[in-house]
Amino acid sequence: MTQKNRITGGQIDRNTTCKFTFDGRTYAGHAGDTLASALLANGVRLMGRSFKYHRPRGPMTAGSDEPNALVHLRSGARTEPNTRATTTELFDGLTATSQNRLGSLSFDLLAVNDRLSTFLTAGFYYKTFMWPAAFWEKVYEPIIRRAAGLGALSFEDDPDVYDKGFLHCDLLIIGAGPAGLMAALTAARSGAEVILADEDFRMGGRLNSETYAIDDAAGADWAAALVSELANMPNVRLLPRTTVIGAFDHGIYGALERVSDHVATPDAGKPRQILWRIYTQKTILAAGAIERPIAFNNNDRPGIMTASALRSYANRFGVAVGQRTAIFTNNDDGHRTAADLHAKGVKVIVIDPRADAPRARDYEVLAGAQVVDTMGRLGLTFAKVCLADGTERIIECGALGTSGGWNPNVHLTCHQRGRPSWNETLAAFVPDGLPAGMTVAGAAKGDMSTAGALAGGAQAAHSALDLKGRMLAMPKAEDAPVNITPFWYVEGASRAWVDQQNDVTVKDVKLSHQEGFRSVEHLKRYTTLGMGTDQGKTANIGGLAIMAELAGKTIPEVGTTMFRPPYTPVAIGAFGGRHRGQDFHPKRLTPSHKWAEEQGAVFVEVGNWMRAQWFPREGETTWRESVDREVLATRNSVGVCDVTTLGKADVQGADAAAFLNLIYCNGFAKLPVGKARYGLMLREDGIAMDDGTAARMAHDHFVVTTTTANALSVYRHMEFVRQCLVPDLDVQLISTTESWAQYAVAGPNARRVLEKIVDQDISNAAFPFMACANITVCGGLRARLFRISFSGELAFEIAVPTAYGDALIRRIMAAGAEFDITPYGTEALGVMRIEKGHATGNELNGTTTAANLGMGRMVSDKKDSIGSVLSRREGLNRADDLRAVGVKPVDPTQPVPAGAHLMISDGPVNAAHDQGYVTSACYSPNLGHHIALAFLKNGDDRIGETMRLVSPLTDVDVQVEICSAHFIDPKGERLRA
Amino acid sequence: MIIDHPLLGPRDSAEFTYMGDARLIERPSPDSPDAAAAFYDYAYLRDNPAGWHRELWFHEAGDRSWLVVTRNTVTHEISKVEFASDVARAKGRSK
Repeated sequence: MTQKNRITGGQIDRNTTCKFTFDGRTYAGHAGDTLASALLANGVRLMGRSFKYHRPRGPMTAGSDEPNALVHLRSGARTEPNTRATTTELFDGLTATSQNRLGSLSFDLLAVNDRLSTFLTAGFYYKTFMWPAAFWEKVYEPIIRRAAGLGALSFEDDPDVYDKGFLHCDLLIIGAGPAGLMAALTAARSGAEVILADEDFRMGGRLNSETYAIDDAAGADWAAALVSELANMPNVRLLPRTTVIGAFDHGIYGALERVSDHVATPDAGKPRQILWRIYTQKTILAAGAIERPIAFNNNDRPGIMTASALRSYANRFGVAVGQRTAIFTNNDDGHRTAADLHAKGVKVIVIDPRADAPRARDYEVLAGAQVVDTMGRLGLTFAKVCLADGTERIIECGALGTSGGWNPNVHLTCHQRGRPSWNETLAAFVPDGLPAGMTVAGAAKGDMSTAGALAGGAQAAHSALDLKGRMLAMPKAEDAPVNITPFWYVEGASRAWVDQQNDVTVKDVKLSHQEGFRSVEHLKRYTTLGMGTDQGKTANIGGLAIMAELAGKTIPEVGTTMFRPPYTPVAIGAFGGRHRGQDFHPKRLTPSHKWAEEQGAVFVEVGNWMRAQWFPREGETTWRESVDREVLATRNSVGVCDVTTLGKADVQGADAAAFLNLIYCNGFAKLPVGKARYGLMLREDGIAMDDGTAARMAHDHFVVTTTTANALSVYRHMEFVRQCLVPDLDVQLISTTESWAQYAVAGPNARRVLEKIVDQDISNAAFPFMACANITVCGGLRARLFRISFSGELAFEIAVPTAYGDALIRRIMAAGAEFDITPYGTEALGVMRIEKGHATGNELNGTTTAANLGMGRMVSDKKDSIGSVLSRREGLNRADDLRAVGVKPVDPTQPVPAGAHLMISDGPVNAAHDQGYVTSACYSPNLGHHIALAFLKNGDDRIGETMRLVSPLTDVDVQVEICSAHFIDPKGERLRA
Repeated sequence: MIIDHPLLGPRDSAEFTYMGDARLIERPSPDSPDAAAAFYDYAYLRDNPAGWHRELWFHEAGDRSWLVVTRNTVTHEISKVEFASDVARAKGRSK
């Protein structure tokens, strides 16, 4: 376990050794390493296989822009595919495996794809696999999917917890390099609430990777001192390991904090990650810049990386990737890498295509030269250089750093339609058109020197917060200008990688241009340039430059593709947060829930509510047995059902009746106090919206109910009518769904049960059908009583304040014991309402009118109501319109399933001859056969007709008879008893 | 987005439910001779501009106010937030 490439220096903790495994082999690294730096320290350059050609790959960067070094991190259920080794903080016990290979990493059988590359160019799957068409799905696609791709999921449940949180601040600073730190210090000393977020685990940005001094201290030490000063200020919140992933409207930012990714398993009670929503007045983007590579033949071998990555590995992590290192650069910054590496004892040589490249005293600089090819099967061994005089020279090297210049990190500036503009001096895009409240500072803005970044950060904070005092004194720092001559790819290169993650070469970009893809967005889709986990952070600009050259345009004329959130990939678990499994949505429990659980009820989700579906008893083996028993017991004696979930609203005020007249199609003005009435609401287009009852408790007080499903939307609609259409009616609304526990007590013995509980006289004379009243129960508890019936039996609905709901159900059950009172669930409720022909959501399904429902005459033409005008239009009033009818099987053993369609008995079965459809169906234990409700064309005139009920999808084809929808007690004698 | 509620100050748009064109306030009179045509227009035809738009938002997880929000649908800039009831009164919807 030697770390043969480890050199002195850096910000790793050499006293803390972390053992880790990669592809089963054990290695050692140090705290402060990334997985990539630790592997490089151990001489491991090969970390993965490429997407399409399965070429050997190693890290190209030392940060989140990494296209190549993607691994499976951890094992078992915690396996995370496509994890960038370059950002993975090393911990003791870390396990990682390479991905996208068949066989071992060093002998990948799918590397044959590289030999077949002629056939696998841009858009190959559109061309090569055209014929035969049937082969695509069964043969070609599975093979391609197996061969191409990234990591694989574990397919096990994620054991970790993810959280969401909300933060507010005056100033959000994104990036803790020199600009971000100086901005934070300026803002913090002014007393502003500051959040400083950085994706790295060590704040300081490039200062950690450079050898510059700031004043008299090393840059990294200066940054560390400043970070600890900020950490001690109460108005500053430091968020290391936090990536700001998106800039959203009105100063809202999304940020992902990796709370526990740097430990083997999260500490007890800690989430793995937190997705923050940050609300801020002002934002300073100080996200730095990203170095771009140069394309040349075989520029993707392990050991070839950006020059700044080599510098990071040497200066920050104490790793020399190769003892002999070549630098290929078109700008002065590349020479810094050479100088730094030379100072660390690495043998360096610089290849600079500029004839006037700066000279160096201590190592060779090949001015006017270019790297034209490389060698080394699993890692770089030699580079072939074309010298200024046209001769070739082979250079032995284990590492090759390339620098094509630096791109300001404009990503977040573009999330609100900002389009960056081209800066000739930098040969790069700089921010243009910022989200409101955002300013940019430092390298992200194009200020590439340390001094420029420090001053720019302080100035940005000063302006953002509108500070009056003097600026902080600036420390001394390097202030070198940018010297660059644009150079994107080596002339004549073809198998030169532009996008290493997606295996897009210079040749592919040229091919797509040749085939007519002229828009940059088309180039992206056709070649996949800039897709994948890195979204082309190092690749896009190279592709644009080649495209511009081919089209004879400038780079700004070609433009960039759209940058969209997230900045780096985010696990779906983080977006889900705690909303998973049982907690996917809130759960609402009825007041009788605990009691129902004690009875062994089976529950069903109805929206967010949990409702008792049926109450199985010992010996019952199917749900039908339970439901049939509950129905028969209710119709023969008495049953009780929790109906709290129905929407309830109080409507109060002098104009309450006028308001109800407007929202219901039928009239309420003349409803006497102490009476309830069925009400049907229409939408403004004349379609039925919802139904319920409105009970007049006092002249200026109604209690209305809605269906469970529409409780929220109907209440919203009522508020719309009140506030937007009749703002000066004297009427007030409040939703009381949660305020009252309500039970339906139904059956011939319902009154006898309630008489033992209700304090008032509820005889038929004193409290007839459709009566309602404020009453008391159990000797004084305030309650509401309604004589309304959904089941068709003698029935009451009784409501008490929610807190008494549990007590009341127990009291009802005790009072009903002598009548063998039976609790019933939503299934029995459904059976009884179908037997009675009552409509519910299946019938009020958003396509049906009052006339369809058989309630056409309810739509009053004596008053205005929502939907009344359009309900009268011709299209909704045709002679052969659908009408609600009942359906029963000719052969009583046959079911009549919902969803099946009605056809003329001897006619063809097709859509053109469709006569209607079944909406609700059940087995009626009272009738001894299945029954159903249906909509049938001209149904009123077809009672007694025999028809064919078909469902080709479920193989249903039965003869049925059309009948009245009122299967039970059609005259309504029971409910008036 | 953040909606600056006239009473409650800046609130996250997640607290609101969106309904679209504020022209829904201008419900036609059912008594007018062209009521059928006017209601057809009212129920089915909406403007959907790329740019400034007056929209109805309901503060469902808040104070249950319907608001008229003047918002640029391209930039999401919000220039004005009013109570829908005030707008309705201004449109002559007082009884």
